Amino acid sequence: MATHSVEVPEQFHQTGEQEHHAGEHPAHLAHHFDSMAQQFAAGKLGMWIFLVTEILFFGGLFCAYAVYRANHPEVFVYAHHFLHKNLGALNTAILIFSSFTMAWAVRAAQLGQQQTLRLCLIITLLCAGAFLGVKYVEYRQKWEHGLLWAGWYHPHVTDAEHHGDAPPKPVSPVTSPTAGKATTSQHTPESTAAATAGERSEYPGEPRLAGVFFSIYFCMTGLHALHVIGGMIAITWLLIRAVQGVFGPEYYGPVDYVGLYWHLVDMIWIYLFPLLYLIH
Amino acid sequence: MVTEVAEPKPIARATPPDYLHDGRGIWSWLFTLDHKRIGVMYLVGILTSLLLGGIFALLIRTHLAIPALVHRPGQTISTGESAAVIVGPSQPTPPGAVSSQDAAAQLTAESEAATAASTVQPTPPRYLLTPKEYNRAFTLHGAIMIFLVIIPGIPAALGNFVLPLMLGAKDVAFPRLNLMSFHLWLIGLVFFLVVLFTGGLDTGWTFYTPYSTTTDTRVTTAVVGAFILGFSSIFTGINFIATIHFLRPRGMSWFRMPLFVWSLYATAIIQVLATPVLGITLLLIALEKNFGLGIFDPKLGGDPVLFQHFFWFYSHPAVYIMILPGMGIISELVSTFSRKHIFGYRFIAFSSVAIAILGFLVWGHHMFTSGQSRLASMIFSALTFSVSIPSAIKVFNWLATMYKGRISLQTPMCYALAFILLFGIGGLTGLFLGALATDVHLHDTYFVVAHFHYVMFGGTLVAFLGGLHYWWPKMTGKMYNDTLGRLGALLIFLGLNLTFFPQFVLGTRGMPRRYFDYSSLLDRHPEFAGLNLMSTAGAYLTAIGLVVAAICLLGSLRWGKKAPPNPWGSASLEWRCPSPPPKENFLSPPIITPAFDPYDLDQVVYDPETQGYWVRQTAVT
Repeated sequence: MATHSVEVPEQFHQTGEQEHHAGEHPAHLAHHFDSMAQQFAAGKLGMWIFLVTEILFFGGLFCAYAVYRANHPEVFVYAHHFLHKNLGALNTAILIFSSFTMAWAVRAAQLGQQQTLRLCLIITLLCAGAFLGVKYVEYRQKWEHGLLWAGWYHPHVTDAEHHGDAPPKPVSPVTSPTAGKATTSQHTPESTAAATAGERSEYPGEPRLAGVFFSIYFCMTGLHALHVIGGMIAITWLLIRAVQGVFGPEYYGPVDYVGLYWHLVDMIWIYLFPLLYLIH
Repeated sequence: MVTEVAEPKPIARATPPDYLHDGRGIWSWLFTLDHKRIGVMYLVGILTSLLLGGIFALLIRTHLAIPALVHRPGQTISTGESAAVIVGPSQPTPPGAVSSQDAAAQLTAESEAATAASTVQPTPPRYLLTPKEYNRAFTLHGAIMIFLVIIPGIPAALGNFVLPLMLGAKDVAFPRLNLMSFHLWLIGLVFFLVVLFTGGLDTGWTFYTPYSTTTDTRVTTAVVGAFILGFSSIFTGINFIATIHFLRPRGMSWFRMPLFVWSLYATAIIQVLATPVLGITLLLIALEKNFGLGIFDPKLGGDPVLFQHFFWFYSHPAVYIMILPGMGIISELVSTFSRKHIFGYRFIAFSSVAIAILGFLVWGHHMFTSGQSRLASMIFSALTFSVSIPSAIKVFNWLATMYKGRISLQTPMCYALAFILLFGIGGLTGLFLGALATDVHLHDTYFVVAHFHYVMFGGTLVAFLGGLHYWWPKMTGKMYNDTLGRLGALLIFLGLNLTFFPQFVLGTRGMPRRYFDYSSLLDRHPEFAGLNLMSTAGAYLTAIGLVVAAICLLGSLRWGKKAPPNPWGSASLEWRCPSPPPKENFLSPPIITPAFDPYDLDQVVYDPETQGYWVRQTAVT
């Protein structure tokens, strides 16, 4: 991101001067702007402000997170073991990589490299899809085990039918195992399933109100996932426009703006991952 | 043929069709990208909502007059439990009613000795509204007036129309975003209409938990509607910030912008920074109500006070979204109609920004009685007082502008004067509520109702009406009847004071707000009857005033004289394009000379021929 904002002003000047020399109305210049540079700068400021609103939008949830973690520290330490660090890490890697391809796409648009632009957008889109796929796997496991938000929180071990699925990768619990189940336990309700037959009382380490954690978890990751979907729609639109060949050194604003948005979505995840998955 | 030498006056040559006639049919309006048409559509929508909200207000005031009229001394069974009796009928106890009960309990305590505790529960009296209807009426009055009328009122309707004109621009920075913001507003309106016709809403406009998550009224629909309206507001804010940054004409530096533009800028900052927090809060309420999220539910480990923090983190800055653009309008009006340069330009400009910043730091003063820590309350109280500094700067600068000016009491100026007085009262009584000790006494009484109506109605809506009368000739190309306009302003001013001043007295004497029936208080406080009747009479007087203003404006469309480009004699840019302006606003882009100053009224010259003004060439080349 930083590189863009450094390079962009040069681009302004170029386009501005070109426009001046040509003296004709560029195809993508809206009637109320004087120059492409002005139009680009306005759009970019608009996008940055929109990102500020997004940060505040998530800010409410981060604030709620802080309050609940302060009020129920034991719940957070206990419940985060039910999340899959590895899947979370995989998703983090996917998103960071997609941010890279998105940044590359912006550069390609600036340089008018149509093929690279299309390729980068496609890869970004695929990464976003992969992210949601992993998220789906995680959500489904939580759903099956009743690890839902506070109102619907009913942890249980699933019946035999669910065991056909690949069992989630174990995560060692730090707090939850008690003497009784220390042997098998690698962990979380999933694998203790057989032994405990799904009774709640069989999770002796469980603090009161453990559902609070999952309320926060589902709100934050769910809202983030919605933003990923929004980003995918925007990138698809960019891809269509890129195939039409509208982007180039003179007109690459939309790629840049969507890129900024995508980096923000990435960044929010980078905060969510340690806050939810890596609690100590 | 000898061509005449071009006159310095505007409109000397053939003009393109004005924006009202550039394109026909409903679709050319609903999907226009022209900021002026979008502004006009907003205006129509907002005034319609104002009518709807006003009808609820009259319903409430009419209902509240009845106990005073039918009550005979000693008629009510006065019991030691009268507090419970009163709250009982308005069944779903409104948020904060705990302390209302406390207040009522204090009242009853006064005469406790006289009345033996009797367990007789009188049936709720049937006045105009049932208790349930009453709760729905005041909730919808508040929700409609706040979310649909006064938050978008000045920025989205008047600001949309005027901002690009003031900057000499052709449009706002993002016309499509602007249109989308209007469409979102319409969708929000539809949601509120659905609420209105399918069971209503009875939580108060504040949606306080836990009541809002347990009532069976249409909370989800209303919350989604408010969420959508929030996005409409955010988009307007983003648009205005980008417009002000990038569409100023060359030569118009930040300190040569009209003050209305400064106030819109400060407003836009608040819209952008505060509204998203409301968005997430409303989303959480909807999730909590429908899926048992538990985030505000103590049973599930949540915290209802967190909701209040979130809510007021938006809703307190939101009152500055409402009032700041109003103050901007007043700055324009006071200078123009005093025929004098605005006094203390930079102070007024910076005070808008200061209010925007300080406004974010005071939300806790809504929660003095919510179990907030004493230290937090003290800090919030001190910060609350600090807001009065920039507000007072504005008021004193307006007064200094008028001092030794040639004041002409045309209709917009009448509204401006009304604003200064009403806002003065509303602002000063805010200090009573910001002080911890007095707030505990006044909390949840009619004093609060009077305070915010003085600021919101007496401030924002009066400024809105002033601005509407000021820019009406520009918007429609018609002059209205000034006498009728002034009559409307006078009636509204008198009506407002008659409605809300008695409520200050009621509040200090302990009459709680949101009560369906206060007749059991009348035995001990017979003065409540007269004060409530005055208040209701004032509400009708205000309504008459609004009708007169409406007749005045709408009548001008039919019978009004053609408006000159600059009917009031302002030096600001929006008066240099024709009235009404063509689609691209200016016949030729206005050029800003080094001497340009939107308040340099010495350069403004009256032209008897057009009955308008023009600005001397030295200011514009």
